[in-house]
Amino acid sequence: MPRDSTQSPQTRLTPANSGFSGTTGNAWYGLFPLVAGLAMATALQFILPGAAGPYYSRIVIDAGIAIVLAVSLNIVNGMTGQFSIGHAGFMALGGYTAGILTHYGSMLLWGSAGRHGGFLGSGELLFAASCLAGGLISAVAGYVVGLPSLRLRGDYLAIVTLGFGEIMRVILQQTGRVIDDAEKFRSGGLSQLIPPPVGGAVGFDGLPKYTSLFWVYSLVTVTVVVAYRLKVSSPGRAMISVREDEIAAQAMGVDIARQKVMAFVIAAFFAGAAGGMFAHESGVIISPRDAGFQRSFDYVIMTVLGGRGSISGVLIAAAVLTALPEMLRDFEQYRLIVYALLLIMMMLVRPQGLFGIHEIWDLFAPFLRRQQKAAP
Amino acid sequence: MADLVQTLITALAIGSLYALIALGYTMVYGILKFINFAHSDIVVLGAWISYTLSSKLLPRLGLDPHNPVTPPPIWVAAVVLILSMIICGLIGFVIERLAYKPLRRAPRLNVLITAIGVSLLLQNLGQLNFMFGASPQKMPALLPGWEIATLTFSDGESARSVVINLVDTVIFATSATLMLLLQYLVFRTKLGTAMRAVSFNPDNAALLGIPVDRVVSFTFVLGSALAAAAGFLYVMKYPGMNQPAHTIWVLLGLKAFVAAVIGGIGNVRGAVLGGFVIAFVEQFGAFYISSNYRDVYVFALLIVILLVRPTGLLGSPLREKV
Repeated sequence: MPRDSTQSPQTRLTPANSGFSGTTGNAWYGLFPLVAGLAMATALQFILPGAAGPYYSRIVIDAGIAIVLAVSLNIVNGMTGQFSIGHAGFMALGGYTAGILTHYGSMLLWGSAGRHGGFLGSGELLFAASCLAGGLISAVAGYVVGLPSLRLRGDYLAIVTLGFGEIMRVILQQTGRVIDDAEKFRSGGLSQLIPPPVGGAVGFDGLPKYTSLFWVYSLVTVTVVVAYRLKVSSPGRAMISVREDEIAAQAMGVDIARQKVMAFVIAAFFAGAAGGMFAHESGVIISPRDAGFQRSFDYVIMTVLGGRGSISGVLIAAAVLTALPEMLRDFEQYRLIVYALLLIMMMLVRPQGLFGIHEIWDLFAPFLRRQQKAAP
Repeated sequence: MADLVQTLITALAIGSLYALIALGYTMVYGILKFINFAHSDIVVLGAWISYTLSSKLLPRLGLDPHNPVTPPPIWVAAVVLILSMIICGLIGFVIERLAYKPLRRAPRLNVLITAIGVSLLLQNLGQLNFMFGASPQKMPALLPGWEIATLTFSDGESARSVVINLVDTVIFATSATLMLLLQYLVFRTKLGTAMRAVSFNPDNAALLGIPVDRVVSFTFVLGSALAAAAGFLYVMKYPGMNQPAHTIWVLLGLKAFVAAVIGGIGNVRGAVLGGFVIAFVEQFGAFYISSNYRDVYVFALLIVILLVRPTGLLGSPLREKV
């Protein structure tokens, strides 16, 4: 395996060269990307639907959800060097959990399952909390799935994640019908929750459609910031050392099992939250099929094309691969053939992905460095 | 008792199919140390090629493939089986040469991703209109519906009989023959010795004058031919054929792969054992507990085995050298 240096060139902003100084400077440096991301999400929410119409807004929402899933999968597959092919399983688990909470939660709180309140109203807050809860449940599942990594490596771990996704799919198929009658649900006991009334094989229909550009891109912001901060921090460096050489990492005192489990937990959390967004997107009915490996492969392809370990690369790949099929509607049956050929060609010609371990701004590094040299 | 015997017969037939497919996974893993995800798609190709061949061949014999009045002569089945094994063997050869050989020295993860790519490619190429099309078809019956034996069980007042069909017998007999041939090939011939040597250490094998590339190609041809046989036998038993990218095919391949892992991947005898273990767990679980969860039993068994004995039932423990 070619070992390229994991240190990115000296171009990333640090408190020292960012122009900010002191404690406030540090805090501002930490918060700035979050604030900027939230501002962008708000701007998208109010400008895009009017400017581009519902069709393009929907594609942008889809791209946002794909970005969260691909970037979070990249923490496991790219940074830690494991191979998870069950990411959709976490997504579906989070989506169903969030769906149960909003659907039946609204019935208990407001007596109907429909949408409640406007932008940032009480309904949307319940939705945000449900997505968070979906993420947490998925994180617990991520811990359980990550545990076998104490004993298994590489291919075997991949099979366990695959098995997890398939088990999720089959179990979700065996669930009961959705209860639409709020009165009946409120008067019924806890026994109607077994088996969970989430729609079985047809999917969880009738969820209130809360997902909007604001919420999706807020989640994208948090995911990307967390992934990036992780990448440049010492826990993230420990993960990268596991990817580069497990034995050497172990010899340096890195608890490799812990790093793997942590990667799984973080990735599963964001996948679960993204699943919550997906389940509440208008025009989408989350169904057991969404837990299957075909969807997982989509995200694997995004991480592979973007570059295993490159956050910006994966982000671009996720956005492009979501938008591309929409433009190539007429060639629908050739879409996956093109993907497959891309994947094979990529492995033959540029196995590290488009950006490898680098971020997109590293491309400008040579120019910046020349300037720095010229300055003094 | 009748139910038990019926489940047993089904499990034996299905188990021998899993074992045939698992052999392909296990041989490739043994030699190249990567999971050939595209293997299950060779099974699909085998099934669809058999379908195409028999729907071309039967009209020439004056028989209507979709509405058989008299069953075709028995040699038709044999010809279709052998032809589809040869064609799939060639496809396996081409795939190995084009997609996997350039990656012989690459990290295993890259090869795994390539294999996923090849799998997606085969599935979706097969769905194109000028290939097999994206709609399900019905496999013409090539085997007569003979009943080999009828076993009758009586418990007190009522008596129930279990019929052993020709199809199940043919599946079991063909698979057993192929597996015995493979066993002979791997453990008793010079070529088999070369395969085991490459599996043990490719560099040393090359130093000893073994043509490693040719042995690897041969392994792929062999595995693909076995997969084609499994595909043919599968559609003999279940004639309702789904389109090439249907989940049911992927699940068939996945379960066979699970069988290879449970038996100890890389171990030829383990794959056969694993195939039968999986089929028994699946069929008996489906019959005695609930048929809704039949896939869950298989994957749960996989996870348990991996945790208790990570290298499978017959696998030798791995030692890692620094």
